[in-house]
Amino acid sequence: MSLDDAFKDPFFRDESFFGKYTYKNSPAAIKRFPFPFPEDDYMYSVNMEPHVSGRPGSVFEHAFDVDEHYVSEMRDRARVLADDPLRCQSLPHMTLAGWDLLELIMESFARDYPQWFELHKDGNKWHWINRPLGIDDKFTFLDESTLPYGPMEYITRQAQGDFTLQDQREDNLWIEAGMVTSQADWSLDFDIGMSFHEWHAPVPLAGKMGVFDRALKFLLQLQHGAPVRRFNWTMTVDPLLDTSPENYHKWGPSKTTLSAENIGQRQHLRVELQTLFRLPRSNAIAFPIRCYLISFEDLVSQPKWARRLHRVIKNLPDELATYKGFIRNRPLMIEYLSQFDDGAPTSPGWWADE
Amino acid sequence: MSGASKIPAIVTEVVEVNSLIKRFRFVREDGGPMPGFSGGSHTVVEMEDDGRRRLNAYSLMSDPADRSGYEISVRRDDGGRGGSMFMHARVKPGMRMQISQPVNLFGLDLRAKKHLMIAGGIGITPFIAQMAQLDGLGGRFELHYAARDRELGAYMNELSARYGERVHRYYDTEGQAIDLPTLLKGQPLGTHLYVCGPKGMINWVLSTAQKQGWPKGALHSEEFLAPPVGEAFQVDLALSGVTVNVGATQSMLEAIEAAGIDAPYLCRGGACGQCECKVREAEGELLHYDHWLSDEQKEARSHIMPCVSRFKGSRLVIEL
Ligand code: FES
Repeated sequence: MSLDDAFKDPFFRDESFFGKYTYKNSPAAIKRFPFPFPEDDYMYSVNMEPHVSGRPGSVFEHAFDVDEHYVSEMRDRARVLADDPLRCQSLPHMTLAGWDLLELIMESFARDYPQWFELHKDGNKWHWINRPLGIDDKFTFLDESTLPYGPMEYITRQAQGDFTLQDQREDNLWIEAGMVTSQADWSLDFDIGMSFHEWHAPVPLAGKMGVFDRALKFLLQLQHGAPVRRFNWTMTVDPLLDTSPENYHKWGPSKTTLSAENIGQRQHLRVELQTLFRLPRSNAIAFPIRCYLISFEDLVSQPKWARRLHRVIKNLPDELATYKGFIRNRPLMIEYLSQFDDGAPTSPGWWADE
Repeated sequence: MSGASKIPAIVTEVVEVNSLIKRFRFVREDGGPMPGFSGGSHTVVEMEDDGRRRLNAYSLMSDPADRSGYEISVRRDDGGRGGSMFMHARVKPGMRMQISQPVNLFGLDLRAKKHLMIAGGIGITPFIAQMAQLDGLGGRFELHYAARDRELGAYMNELSARYGERVHRYYDTEGQAIDLPTLLKGQPLGTHLYVCGPKGMINWVLSTAQKQGWPKGALHSEEFLAPPVGEAFQVDLALSGVTVNVGATQSMLEAIEAAGIDAPYLCRGGACGQCECKVREAEGELLHYDHWLSDEQKEARSHIMPCVSRFKGSRLVIEL
């Protein structure tokens, strides 16, 4: 395996998520950004919907979105793992779920992006080609010894977003495997082995509303062939994927360096597209958490989003702004965004106006 | 309804296993592979029975690694409402049928050091798939399978041939019975216990294990109830604004579906909880047959499971 041929397709940007932060969205990527607010008000909710193929060109056209940041994101993952191998863990009984995930991603990639990925099967003898990353591997399905890593690690080094795998038993879900290098301030090493309610415990307000009981009940009955999705969002200063608690000392202080002059370039809206798939052989649930980042400057290029984000941030309850970690910079954000909000009504839904 | 799309299938084989049991094989109508599944899963088979739509859940018994088709076994229930009769009398090779995506309410706990399986009669079917899966994964298992007599002990010989010493057989008519207390005592730490069969057997196995101090999380059972027959009654659906007549041999869920309303379900056997409905008004007696609602919920008369439960009285209004 080598990454040498990685940048032959000019579609993939060569950029970094640390140091000089050369990460940027192209105009096409801005247009397709998954802006998470369908209305001017925001309320925490579980708001799940079927993960069916959406608008052509949108981030949910396909089961898994491969975008212009793919190659650079995979390089960033390899960098984070080299520093901290515990970002990828799988308890022994989750190996079968790892194979399920590998199959799901390989089949989806090969079907949806035939120009980049190929999967050939002859019984359990599989041949996988990943052109953007320069990978061409032959292996035996369900035989770990034929892959350079465990099945989950192998495939999630080639797929954008974080992943956790939940085992289902005793009417609960247990987070027992994961690849987590671009998380919004939570830790796999801390959460591994936890049940559904334990790992959701920190969300304010939501527990009281019983949303997690309902969500758990819903997920226990998630069916194969009927994946679901929801959005979550937060704020990140600089396009840093790895805002982990382990590294808070590295990224936390950047919040204090935000100013009226640099907020447009440095403040990013961070959106997670979370999907949930029932896995066939293991009956586990895969939870891909895909992260999208957009700078305020790019975001306000869409007038509808600029108006709406201003209203959402202004009206958000303090607990949520605190939980999401931007209470300190909220006044600065409101001041910046208010320049782009003339009070005009916004159209329904989250799509940018044409 | 359930979110996932149905699988259009063709029946390719109908095999008479013995005087009560037939086995059916389904392949996809479009020739593609079936979804993989985990041992213990079931599929819901849709039957068009002269204008009446029946949906019955059956455990998948084929090897989960074989994606060329699914197999189920159906035991004829002469006193039942007709789903199994339809499968036995009317389903022939070449017939087109819709089946659901697999759903597992009886999954293996893959952390187990050993899987101890106890089957009674037709309750053998989920274990056949589980054993095939464990065999492929190198898991350790042991089956104790009881049937009335040699004739009705479906698949006994095949299973013994395939798994040898790991299969233990018992025939009621020959006075053989599982020595459960001794069997349970002799298990290594980390063993999980699975039971599928008639209600009496499940209760016996679970209570014996509990008495011996087995942890609750290590006990697994599955019992699908066939919706019972009963007296006809009426139910008002508050949200849809429709009144539905439930016939004597129809379940409430089937009657609701026949009225064109898409109600949620997974198991249709009172086990999964998916069909749970709030009761708004009930002048009369709620006849609960599920094993999903808690005793408190039943006492409070606050919920009902339309897939198996019924009503006797003058007025029932549910939130659907
Ligand atoms: S459908 Fe499963 S309990 Fe009613």
